[in-house]
Amino acid sequence: MLFKLLGIFWDRGKDPDGSKDVTTGAVSDPGIEPRFPALQTDSLLFEPPAGRDTRSALGATMADGPVAEVLLRRLEAADGGLDSAELATELGVEHQSVVGAVKSLQALGQIIETELRSTKRWELTTEGEEIAQEGSHEARVFRSIPPEGLPQSELMRLPSGKVGFSKAMSNKWIRVDKSAADGPRVFRVVDSVEDEVQRRLQLVRGGQAEKLGEKERSELRKRKLLTEVTLKTYWVSKGSAFSTSISKQETELSPEMISSGSWRDRPFKPYNFSAHGVLPDSGHLHPLLKVRSQFRQIFLEMGFTEMPTDNYIESSFWNFDALFQPQQHPARDQHDTFFLRDPAQAQQLPMDYVHRVKRTHSQGGYGSQGYKYNWKLDEARKNLLRTHTTAASARALYRLAQKKPFTPAKYFSIDRVFRNETLDATHLAEFHQIEGVVADHGLTLGHLMGVLREFFTKLGITQLRFKPAYNPYTEPSMEIFSYHQGLKKWVEVGNSGIFRPEMLLPMGLPENVSVIAWGLSLERPTMIKYGINNIRELVGHKVNLQMVYDSPLCRLDAERGPPSTQEAA
Amino acid sequence: MPTVSVKRDLLFRALGRTYTDEEFDELCFEFGLELDEITSEKEIISKEQGNEKAHGASDVVLYKIDVPANRYDLLCLEGLVRGLQVFKERIKTPMYKRVMPKGEVQKLIITEETAKIRPYAVAAVLRNIKFTKDRYDSFIELQEKLHQNICRKRALVAIGTHDLDTLSGPFTYTAKKPSDIKFKPLNKSKEYTACELMNIYKTDNQLKHYLHIIENKPLYPVIYDSNGVVLSMPPIINGNHSKITVNTKNVFIECTGTDFTKAKIVLDVIVTMFSEYCENQFTVEAAEVVFPNGKLHTFPELAYRKEMVRADLINKKVGIRETPENLAKLLTRMCLKSEVIGDGNQIEVEIPPTRADIIHACDIIEDAAIAYGYNNIQMTLPKTYTIANQFPLNKLTELLRQDMAAAGFTEALTFALCSQEDIADKLGMDISATKAVHISNPKTAEFQVARTTLLPGLLKTLAANRKMPLPLKLFEISDIVIKDSSRDVGARNYRHLCAVYYNKNPGFEIIHGLLDRIMQLLDVPPGEKKGGYAIKASEETDLKKCHC
Repeated sequence: MLFKLLGIFWDRGKDPDGSKDVTTGAVSDPGIEPRFPALQTDSLLFEPPAGRDTRSALGATMADGPVAEVLLRRLEAADGGLDSAELATELGVEHQSVVGAVKSLQALGQIIETELRSTKRWELTTEGEEIAQEGSHEARVFRSIPPEGLPQSELMRLPSGKVGFSKAMSNKWIRVDKSAADGPRVFRVVDSVEDEVQRRLQLVRGGQAEKLGEKERSELRKRKLLTEVTLKTYWVSKGSAFSTSISKQETELSPEMISSGSWRDRPFKPYNFSAHGVLPDSGHLHPLLKVRSQFRQIFLEMGFTEMPTDNYIESSFWNFDALFQPQQHPARDQHDTFFLRDPAQAQQLPMDYVHRVKRTHSQGGYGSQGYKYNWKLDEARKNLLRTHTTAASARALYRLAQKKPFTPAKYFSIDRVFRNETLDATHLAEFHQIEGVVADHGLTLGHLMGVLREFFTKLGITQLRFKPAYNPYTEPSMEIFSYHQGLKKWVEVGNSGIFRPEMLLPMGLPENVSVIAWGLSLERPTMIKYGINNIRELVGHKVNLQMVYDSPLCRLDAERGPPSTQEAA
Repeated sequence: MPTVSVKRDLLFRALGRTYTDEEFDELCFEFGLELDEITSEKEIISKEQGNEKAHGASDVVLYKIDVPANRYDLLCLEGLVRGLQVFKERIKTPMYKRVMPKGEVQKLIITEETAKIRPYAVAAVLRNIKFTKDRYDSFIELQEKLHQNICRKRALVAIGTHDLDTLSGPFTYTAKKPSDIKFKPLNKSKEYTACELMNIYKTDNQLKHYLHIIENKPLYPVIYDSNGVVLSMPPIINGNHSKITVNTKNVFIECTGTDFTKAKIVLDVIVTMFSEYCENQFTVEAAEVVFPNGKLHTFPELAYRKEMVRADLINKKVGIRETPENLAKLLTRMCLKSEVIGDGNQIEVEIPPTRADIIHACDIIEDAAIAYGYNNIQMTLPKTYTIANQFPLNKLTELLRQDMAAAGFTEALTFALCSQEDIADKLGMDISATKAVHISNPKTAEFQVARTTLLPGLLKTLAANRKMPLPLKLFEISDIVIKDSSRDVGARNYRHLCAVYYNKNPGFEIIHGLLDRIMQLLDVPPGEKKGGYAIKASEETDLKKCHC
């Protein structure tokens, strides 16, 4: 079974570095994943073979069998090694088929050793080839002129006429007599000529280009008669397991081999472990929601109960007033909060409680001076898209306060909130908030810090410190900072505090009950964890699905980075 | 959170010592401030307008310090220094005193016309003050900071400061028709009517933000002296006549507004901060304000309030064990002069006029904790015993999304807000049929409504990922919002599951198969019988029409 699986593994292997998938052209794999299209190379001759595709090497063994056999026999007799290009010339085959044979032998293990060499060589162009054969244009022009001369117009009609005429003129081989009766006439100046161009090209054709001077070669190149080509060839030598008798290697272990026992004598092709496997077809969870799951898990591990937060629409009362956030608070501005046109107002509010809230804001009470302003019910009725999940916490705490006698509670929520803010690379109009709340008798600031320490330890954050801060509904308030190893500085990771008595007592909670709470955004730790700089790539329809496909598990308490190779093995 | 920018060297001179940036950052952190940025005027200009413009600008080092939004007493250099020096026990917190002048007291008479537009006014005098360029700049800057924060961009309170020696009381605060108000405003060389001014300031980058406060009112607020000189037209602009300068000796301060409490706080903050530079330090000359009902009030209030807090309450709320004497000392370091009285467990705390943020014992407890040092508090775990429960809807969602992924579908996460077009027109529906909730103040069309279906978000996700290899199989399990008059707010969420299959061939059977799988997971049998499920053609939305 394992064999079968691994068979698939290397059958559909692809180049791990994403470079061109080089095959000998013998086999093309119809099963190649469309996600990673295999590019066909344009010219094998000029492309270093990667030799990674094991299956195609197998095909090559069959197709290039004779060449490979000859290569091995020659190599056995050779002193040291042989050159693939030379062998091709000797055998009178295309260099490409020798390369194919080399690659197939490479894939068999240590039969041969190869070294990639590149040599530069001068070759004749088609025109150069013709000149080497027929002579240069100027020589041909010269030869076509009889002793009595030739009318220039006639000469120009010859195939080499135009080029040959001007060259022969500048060589002073011929002259033009313009005074002739029937128009200009061309005469020989010398009796015979030496066709130097032809001679040089013939030298190059004979592989003796080095006998020409640099200047002569470049002149011929300018005339497009010569061209320099780079040839990549293999220098092939005997490998540690050199043998002239190679048999076809098996690629897959079959049930027949097992039942007949033939697998004992058959050579098996080694797996190509440097190839990438083929990713299974699968669905993927969204990275932000993977992180959400982990936070839920952490809260549940710590014994926190999830609050209902499935109400995006909230009244200003629950979103602000219940939290002792005054009605002139900047957060209640049109610039910061989305208000609703329809339904514009909350019709039902717990009026008893509303009156206590009103009194606390406008006159104080419960030991408070209050804010001393004219509190308006209409302002509290205004519907909005909740700006924080603390609105849901307020509802939960109000429900808790109605239960007599009081029972301690630990609550959490993770859900969307909305802000009518200026948008940038890290701010959207909606984001997720994580909130934790503990209500019990006699909770202290030390307890809040203790709970935060446990919570953040589960996130893999151990170095914490706390900064005094201001929140309208908590007092004392603390911003939570953690030391960031990468940035080498303290960064804010959350906000926390003890809910104000002006918020809790009007709800009906007993006086000696304290409620500690903290909150953070879900997006920020996710962006840090997955290395995302633009929030739009993470949240919303512009998400990069490839990123979703590729994102690893969310293990908040685990070190980042790949596991060591030993673990992998 | 307001940011105050102060010159570093000036700050260190006032603090009587220098700090490294790190040391000062540390001090801020401990005190609840944040050293946000270290910069200079030159750097700021070059960042905003390019290097060329910055040429010749000052390169004096500036500290930009974030101050908690309720600490109006820390919005200027003077306040910051005083707060930190008291915190470090280098000075004692000053006693602010209101005194009656030897001669006639300055009077501000409020007429009843102001009632409908801006009914409150308070006033005070800073006598024999000595400005320098830096002090003067700080004085102006503090007013601006107050305007932006507690004054809610001048809507609640507006401040006017005047050179008293150019004026002659008593002053009248009234409201008049804009066409009847005519004066030479600050930094202008000629007189304009209020109507003309409102037009001129429409293009003024700073003042245009305040025009809306009075623009459409029949009467505009205005303050005159006894000779009919206009002091100011709050909350827009002061008169040029009484403009203060570095050489001003006596400053008349008026604050007008719609929130009496805040107007009094603002006045208290200004005079406590800058009476430091008066001949009689921390002494403020009173002014009398006559309300339309004839009642006479004396300002600034500069009220000191005594609060009793039990030491064991502080210890219990913070989680420390300090003696009452130590706690009193800690509070005193926060400008809250405290002493142990009575049975030795009571602490009497004096709340100075600078600390309007202290409205409850919990505020005092916080200050004790800050002075103790948050990071010196022993962390402990509460013994709260609870059994955790998941919210059933979320529990089901979590289970289902795992199996949706196992079925080969990839999870999308799309916006809850969108345009009307997205949920109606593009799906061939009428907006009224969607029962969507509508946002009253969207900045762009993307935020007109809350979605009533998850489909548009998924289709947009497909559109944004067209370069990806096919097929694309996406799902989302999230909330949509529908109007519902039975709910207290008139709307409710519904949790929806939506999935799309995108390929070159339609593959309805694939989505159908997914539905069958979901029903299998939810243990719902197929069939028309009760408790079963069946698919029926829908007339409501014809997706064929909206194929892209």
